Amino acid sequence: MNIIVPIKQVPNLTDELEINDEGTDLAHDMVQYVLNEFDEHALEEAVLIKESVGGTVTVIGVDTTGELDGILHLALAKGADKAMKITGDFMPGTPSHVQAQLIADAIRTLAPDIVLTGVQAADDRDGQIGPMLAAHLNLPYVGVVTGVSITDGQAIVHKEYAGGVMAEFIVALPMVVGVQAAHRPPRYAPVSKIRQIAKTARIEALAGVETAQAGSTVRRMFKPEAAGHAEMWDGTPDEIAEKIADLLAEKGLLKRTL
Amino acid sequence: MTVKYEKAVAIEKESVIVDGVDISGPWNRMFEQRVIFEYTPERIEEIASIPGAESFAYCYQCAKCVPVCPVDVVGNYGPRKLYRYVQTGMDLSQAPELWLCTTCANCLRVCPKEVNMVHIMPAVREQAILDGKFVPPELQQAFENTAKFGNPLGQPQRKRDAWVSKAGVPVPIIKDVGRPVAVLWYVGSYPSYHPRGMDAACAAARIFNALGIDFAILGKEEKDDGDSQRLAGEKGLFEALAEYNIATFNKYEWDEMVVTGPHELNAFKKVYPQYGFRRPVVHYTTFLVRYLDRLKPLLKYPVNKKVTFHDPCYLGRHDGEYEAPRRLLEAIPGLELVEMGRNRENGYCCGGGGGGMWLDSFTTNHTTMRLSEKRVMEAAATGADVLAVCCPFEVSRFEDAVKSTGNDHLLVRDILELLDASMRGSP
Repeated sequence: MNIIVPIKQVPNLTDELEINDEGTDLAHDMVQYVLNEFDEHALEEAVLIKESVGGTVTVIGVDTTGELDGILHLALAKGADKAMKITGDFMPGTPSHVQAQLIADAIRTLAPDIVLTGVQAADDRDGQIGPMLAAHLNLPYVGVVTGVSITDGQAIVHKEYAGGVMAEFIVALPMVVGVQAAHRPPRYAPVSKIRQIAKTARIEALAGVETAQAGSTVRRMFKPEAAGHAEMWDGTPDEIAEKIADLLAEKGLLKRTL
Repeated sequence: MTVKYEKAVAIEKESVIVDGVDISGPWNRMFEQRVIFEYTPERIEEIASIPGAESFAYCYQCAKCVPVCPVDVVGNYGPRKLYRYVQTGMDLSQAPELWLCTTCANCLRVCPKEVNMVHIMPAVREQAILDGKFVPPELQQAFENTAKFGNPLGQPQRKRDAWVSKAGVPVPIIKDVGRPVAVLWYVGSYPSYHPRGMDAACAAARIFNALGIDFAILGKEEKDDGDSQRLAGEKGLFEALAEYNIATFNKYEWDEMVVTGPHELNAFKKVYPQYGFRRPVVHYTTFLVRYLDRLKPLLKYPVNKKVTFHDPCYLGRHDGEYEAPRRLLEAIPGLELVEMGRNRENGYCCGGGGGGMWLDSFTTNHTTMRLSEKRVMEAAATGADVLAVCCPFEVSRFEDAVKSTGNDHLLVRDILELLDASMRGSP
């Protein structure tokens, strides 16, 4: 089983993010990058598939920060077998349309049996890399997936819908999967192992040629603006409870039965 | 493991009649020495073959360690017991027992064979983690936070010195000072980020200012020391932090480093030297005691409280400092210091060392109560109003334990906070 996991670096959301002077993007020089959480789940699901049916896991990403190696080392420590990076004059925050094209070009020749990537990422949140990869590669796509198992050259894919509805798809391989969550929590990679890998690992670098355009342009990026004010209520707990109940009823959120 | 039993053979008569009286019975029979096949030394050898864990095999089962083990007080533990469990087949690398030791070193203090759990447990844990064995999720989270954010709390690096604005006194950042300083104060992760830790950090800043100490902090360049992560088995993470920290410390000129926490003291004084860092480091209690003559006149307001002091394992047993914290407390007017039964060399562990700080939910399932709860009960039994501490792990641990054991009357205060209260007259 040739398993490919496209990954992406995203801003570390624990840090306070700053907007650039033009007000159109993050101030990327102030940002620390981490592996996209959903990609981490895609990688875990890939390693679980490898462990159950055999194969190799290749992790691949567009190096938009010059710091992708660290993330690839982490992926190798978590169980990936090969790491590749697409290099070129790419800026942090390279749009998902461009990244999808670059990744599709790189993995087309690798003849993947299954491509697992995060269903979305904390930067664009448009969830487009998976579907666009599938479109470029002319493969089926299922997103918001919480588990994949492989039998007889087919993938059985669990997909989550809104309202707690689940569905199971049987999909002919090869395919692209957008992973919401691996069926087990992502494993821990000891730093000793990552450091050891950092010294010995070979990362294959591919020069990427950008042919796609961004799907959209950001006109203005800004921090949430506070609207309205909180109203503080005084009174005994009973009085306040009564006021809360009245307000909920007034807003149509509560039906009062007397 | 094969378990074989050989029936013991009696070498004397099965029945004895003396003067017509049958005195047969097992009590008058001697048996051949029995060859015991119930266990094999294999698992012991497995552990002793891990670098750092060699002394595990030295144990000769005298059991002096068991009554002094703080975990045994609330459970069934201790090096001798671990040895016996392993001897009879336990795979320590996958047993919950692997994570219960807090590396408090009270067993090592009494061990005639120098079985050193402070080395053994981290070595076995490291091996287990590298082999992909179970790691309690809360500990894993602390490791990941430390690796990603430079602190186990998962707080942003850029907010590391945000507490400074609350101190009400200047707290110079060494990068901005632009000249050598006498004291580099390594604040530590909990004093930098935890709300109650920040209280101690602010108190320390006010005390240093009042004493006219020429100090500076690393600010946003400071990262966790990594020592407790090392003791919990993540040596690689520790080494990455040590390399970063040593390079950062060496960027600046300073004469002496003062640390808020005993774990940082252990890291910088005992372990970082193996990575090439050899510069003077002291805990704040040891440091402030030198200024006692200048400090005493500043302590203008009495703190009329009965106070008991908890010796941190990594200041006391690990570094031999028992007097400085007590001398600081005794310098506060109105304060009455009382001792708990277990103090100084035999001080009871708060449960936070060796990674225990990030294992509370896990250990709760394997002990009758938390070590911090046991300790708070001991403190309350002295009739004290205040439990004084000087390790940044302890304030939050003991404050939680105060609530869970129904001892809400007991205040938990860092010595820094008590000194500050006496300086400023605040409660």
